[in-house]
Amino acid sequence: MQLPPALCARLAAGPGAAEPLPVERDPAAGAAPFRFVARPVRFPREHQFFEDGDVQRHLYLQDVIMQVADVPEKPRAPEARLLGRVPAFACQVAGCCQVFDALDDYEHHYHTLHGNVCSFCKRAFPSGHLLDAHILEWHDSLFQILSERQDMYQCLVEGCTEKFKTSRDRKDHMVRMHLYPADFRFDKPKKSRSPASAEAPGDSGERSEGEAMEICSEPVAASPAPAGERRIYRHRIPSTICFGQGAARGFKSNKKKTKQC
Amino acid sequence: MWSRRQGRLRPTVCGVEELRRRRREREAALRKARREQQLVSKRLLRNDAPEEAGEGCVAAILGETEVQQFLRQAQRGTEEKEREGALVSLRRGLQHPETQQTFIRLEGSMRTLVGLLTSNQALLQLEAARCLHELSHSEQSTVAEACLPATSYLLTYLSSHSSDFIELCLYTLGNLIVESEAVRRQLLPQGIVPALAACIQSPHVAVLEALGYALSQLLQAEEAPEKIIPPASASSSILASTLPQHMLQMLQPGPKLNPGVAVEFAWCLHYIICSQVSNPLLIGHGALSTLGLLLLDLAGAVQKTEDAGLELFFFQKQPSLLPEGLWLLNNLTANSPSFCTSLLSLDLIEPLLQLLPVSNVVSVMVLTVLCNVAEKGPAYCQRLWPGPLLPALLHTLAFSDTEVVGQSLELLHLLFLYQPEAVQVFLQQSGLQALERHQEEAQLQDRVYALQQTALQG
Repeated sequence: MQLPPALCARLAAGPGAAEPLPVERDPAAGAAPFRFVARPVRFPREHQFFEDGDVQRHLYLQDVIMQVADVPEKPRAPEARLLGRVPAFACQVAGCCQVFDALDDYEHHYHTLHGNVCSFCKRAFPSGHLLDAHILEWHDSLFQILSERQDMYQCLVEGCTEKFKTSRDRKDHMVRMHLYPADFRFDKPKKSRSPASAEAPGDSGERSEGEAMEICSEPVAASPAPAGERRIYRHRIPSTICFGQGAARGFKSNKKKTKQC
Repeated sequence: MWSRRQGRLRPTVCGVEELRRRRREREAALRKARREQQLVSKRLLRNDAPEEAGEGCVAAILGETEVQQFLRQAQRGTEEKEREGALVSLRRGLQHPETQQTFIRLEGSMRTLVGLLTSNQALLQLEAARCLHELSHSEQSTVAEACLPATSYLLTYLSSHSSDFIELCLYTLGNLIVESEAVRRQLLPQGIVPALAACIQSPHVAVLEALGYALSQLLQAEEAPEKIIPPASASSSILASTLPQHMLQMLQPGPKLNPGVAVEFAWCLHYIICSQVSNPLLIGHGALSTLGLLLLDLAGAVQKTEDAGLELFFFQKQPSLLPEGLWLLNNLTANSPSFCTSLLSLDLIEPLLQLLPVSNVVSVMVLTVLCNVAEKGPAYCQRLWPGPLLPALLHTLAFSDTEVVGQSLELLHLLFLYQPEAVQVFLQQSGLQALERHQEEAQLQDRVYALQQTALQG
């Protein structure tokens, strides 16, 4: 298709001043047996018109997969922009002796363990949003006072503005409305004793399963959880997974393995 | 991310013919799948090389005992390297559908994996996420559904700060979304739309491309036009969120435009728009001007790179471009005297006629656009004749496709009506014989006869 050579120049020059030509229709134009009518066309999404385009799209999605088996040996860091293998180096955060040989592993470690850390109890959270909620609910005495009079426990799901009187009510809401698991790791009720004494630094927002069974420090909810739910709680967290004391132990053992601390 | 990845791929061992054959097969399979409304494609991130055993050799299928063993080692191992290594072995095994089935049938396996995913050991977390990613690639919806306990965490991690991890979670979510409606039914109340809307503000290109992918999978869902797109569906609604504005921003032409990202969001917009839910809302966000400018920008880039005559080759590589471009032209010219006038004044009629031989579908659309112009009256037809139009029409009358001929007859009728001088030339160029060919065709008879009468009387 040969476009007129002057076309680019004329288009670049901007819209012309020309008025549209006058429209003058003869009724015989649409008279039978002729039936042409100028009209815009709409295609619904499943229409065959989009078949070629959809096939293109899926070939694009699949093209990379077809060639995955031939991907050559890569350095451990998947992104070329990072340096790939580097001599082993240690995390610079005080008290952390984790060692790495790839920068992207360090990046992930840093963000996970040192990124959103509560300065009161040293727990780490996956996001600023969860950290803020934690600080408010665990370490803010004003929050405790206000929560006796109004609904202060905010739903943790992004975009939901519901607030609740108690942590338990909030959990019920998250389970019922948002289909969150009842043992969601980042929503544990605050325990009665001081957090700082019980948790090792670098711990995530998890608690050992024993603590989950303790009575919450907040006022007792109107409908206490049935005993059955506690049993389910216990069952949901396998005894082999332990984020409290166990993680601290695991952490300490790492210290022994690394070169220097 | 994907274009970078493609750049690093070596050419495959097999020859070009084999590649072409495979591509044709895949294309045929995709067409069939689309007709059955089973069009599902996924993306897979695999970072490590094939096993040391050799090129093309993949990890072995794992049995139940081995899966259990690796899981136990990952959970309880004392050395971190050992735990990580166990997960890596598990992940490699999960490349196999059989291992995936074994894994999901094993009691407590997903619970363990989710525990590792949410552990405070960053590298275990990453490996656990990679295992989930392998599972998400399965073509069995049972496997996707087995991953349901993990989705709330995948969503939570979208607001973390580790961009590689976010990217992995997004591709995993995208794969799960497209596989099963049960997954979508859970993800929507879990707040996937607000989570994506927050994530789209990331400055990382790889994250944005992954987000576009996940979103496109969500929008491609059958129930999207009713349950996901409309503004009325409140917190799970795409149109009620800030996503459309951000998507359009990423389609703005200019130096910041990233092709990989733009492709994903263009597809997202396509799915939204052709659902025809609330397009005025999109227009209000500036969709038309953004897309129009982008199209102009792309067309300009094509013109600079292609020599005269190579445009047709370009169309061969992208066969849907021509019909879609002509569809746009039709909708622009149908009710608009200004667009029809522009088409004439920019001398675009002849280039359009050059497209007639490409295919029947294209012919019909070209002729329809020309009819849009011609039906506006004598002032327009005067500009269509004399010129290449009549010879072109005589040529298309020789086609055997009924629709092409039918559209040619309509155009001829308009031309004769508004530009009677054309009749004589038509007769002189054996127009009647061209018409006679189709006298017996049921769908064309009446119109052929009418034109013959007009010609003979004129």
